[in-house]
Amino acid sequence: MIHLQNIEKVYRTDTVETLAINGINLDIAKGEFLSIMGPSGCGKSTLLNIMGLLDEPSKGNIEIDEQDISRFSDQKLAKFRNQKLGFIFQSYHLINDLRVLDNVELPLLYRTSSAKERKVLATAALEKVGLSNRLKHFPTQLSGGQRQRVAIARAIVGNPQIILADEPTGNLDSAMGNEIMEILINLNKNEGTTIVMVTHDESMAHKTHRLVRLFDGSQVQ
Amino acid sequence: MLKNYFKIALAVLKRRKFFTFISLFGISFTLTILMVATAFMDKILSPDYPDYKRIRSLYVSTMEYKNTKQGWMNRSDVSFYFFEHYVSTLKTVQKMAISSNAKASNAYVNNKKLVIEYKYTNADYWNVLEYRFLEGKAFQQREIDNAELVAVISEETKKAYFGDTKTVIGKYISADNINYRVIGVVENVSKTLYNFSGDMYLPYTISKDYKNIDLMGGYNAILLAKSEADVPKMKKEFDQMVKKLPLPKDFDKIYCNADPFFANITRRIAGDGSSNGLTKVVSIISLFTLLFLLLPTINLVNINITRIMERSSEIGVRKAFGASSKTLVYQFIVENLVLTFLGGVIGIILSVIVIHLINGANLISNMRLSMNFTVLFYSLIACIFFGLFSGVYPAWRMSKLNVVKALKAQ
Repeated sequence: MIHLQNIEKVYRTDTVETLAINGINLDIAKGEFLSIMGPSGCGKSTLLNIMGLLDEPSKGNIEIDEQDISRFSDQKLAKFRNQKLGFIFQSYHLINDLRVLDNVELPLLYRTSSAKERKVLATAALEKVGLSNRLKHFPTQLSGGQRQRVAIARAIVGNPQIILADEPTGNLDSAMGNEIMEILINLNKNEGTTIVMVTHDESMAHKTHRLVRLFDGSQVQ
Repeated sequence: MLKNYFKIALAVLKRRKFFTFISLFGISFTLTILMVATAFMDKILSPDYPDYKRIRSLYVSTMEYKNTKQGWMNRSDVSFYFFEHYVSTLKTVQKMAISSNAKASNAYVNNKKLVIEYKYTNADYWNVLEYRFLEGKAFQQREIDNAELVAVISEETKKAYFGDTKTVIGKYISADNINYRVIGVVENVSKTLYNFSGDMYLPYTISKDYKNIDLMGGYNAILLAKSEADVPKMKKEFDQMVKKLPLPKDFDKIYCNADPFFANITRRIAGDGSSNGLTKVVSIISLFTLLFLLLPTINLVNINITRIMERSSEIGVRKAFGASSKTLVYQFIVENLVLTFLGGVIGIILSVIVIHLINGANLISNMRLSMNFTVLFYSLIACIFFGLFSGVYPAWRMSKLNVVKALKAQ
């Protein structure tokens, strides 16, 4: 599903050059639930962002769903992200000015779906994460766990093949974290969604199919 | 999608009330000034009481002599003699309204001085221009031929001189110790139409200077063609006649032009015999308007950049979930148009109030400004100008934001 070949990422300033990712090769199969672990600053999130086409590698090739995305235009990349990928962030990144339902509808705005269709799909996604009674609330009226569930609903509403989660339980207590993890595991099991998750939590990582460890930008496990 | 954009636009406006106030104040204040200025321009430029036949008219008001070798120049209004002796022979001129410049005279009412501005006119003046008579009528050729001391006065003069008397026809008005018999009272004319406004109109034959045999003098005229199509022919015939005018001593060129209404004004302000100054005046007005619009636009651009950069997390999320740079630019422009149209509505309300106050205060004698479709049309254009120019640059800058950096900015 995801094929990374010799990926390198270098951050350059006027005086310093930092190698964030150093020659990573990784294949992730369709339907796999993979977790990435490593100390802070080892390049986990950078790698996830590269997989999510949010950041460009300095070197190397990425193939997703057998498509080489290195020559994609801004327009084509946006469309690809919209249809194939879903994102979950540690700090949720919900739009506080919009109600829960409008937040979840967001990925569908960039497709050719009617307002009615969007509402049906967003309500269904919120039902899946157990928040069908919070459609009219604003994000600031919800708890951390509820916000992350809204973020998951937003990630799955467009039915993407891949979900990329950057420390989805990082801001939550263990009970809430387990709830979120349960939702992701069910999504992987029932819908066959490929999930790549960055985490600091060993216990969460052990619930996934495979664990990749990074250290100083290189894969060590 | 638009509904979503509107929702977020309104939410953003509510979120930072001070920024919203500054933006709306800038837009509405600028628009108010523009709209009042447009209403003023419209008042001057659109056919208005009593000059309704502009489409068929050419205006003659300056005569210029030049000595091209020495660089001398002499410029003045036109003589009655020129109109009567030369222009009246033109075949394409159906009628000609001749009037003198306004002159001031003093009248005394209850020991109080009243300044009366008067003009001398010919008989056709009343046929070319459509003054509304409240009582009586205009003087005819017979009164002119007999040099009768008759006068048509304005409604304002009637009130100032005679008070609340119901009818003043046949009564005498004394100006500079000469008694004129009032034969007509006309509705007031806005002072902005300086060629037609006056307190009292008299037959030209009682003036002292109409017999002067000189091309320069103190008169101007409106030449009326039979139809709009005849206007270019009339201009051509006029120009040919001017070429044949006898050259005065010490000069080698004569310029006298029959211009459309606006060109006649611009020639007086910024032109000369060979150029009507239209391009110059239009360029200056456009430049001034552009600069006037540019200041609040730059202010809006800055506020918009701050506002948009505050929302970098949202930009990052939208990009991550499939918004292209183009879509984001579109979204932010729509949001900005919502803001500017809101400012536009406030601006229109303010303009109506300001125009009402200006009319009430009678700042320019008898000028009645009004909001009409022309003014609203230009206001709409100004709104779109604000919306697009102040939105495009910040939106473009924001759309180029790196997603990862945008997400980290929160």
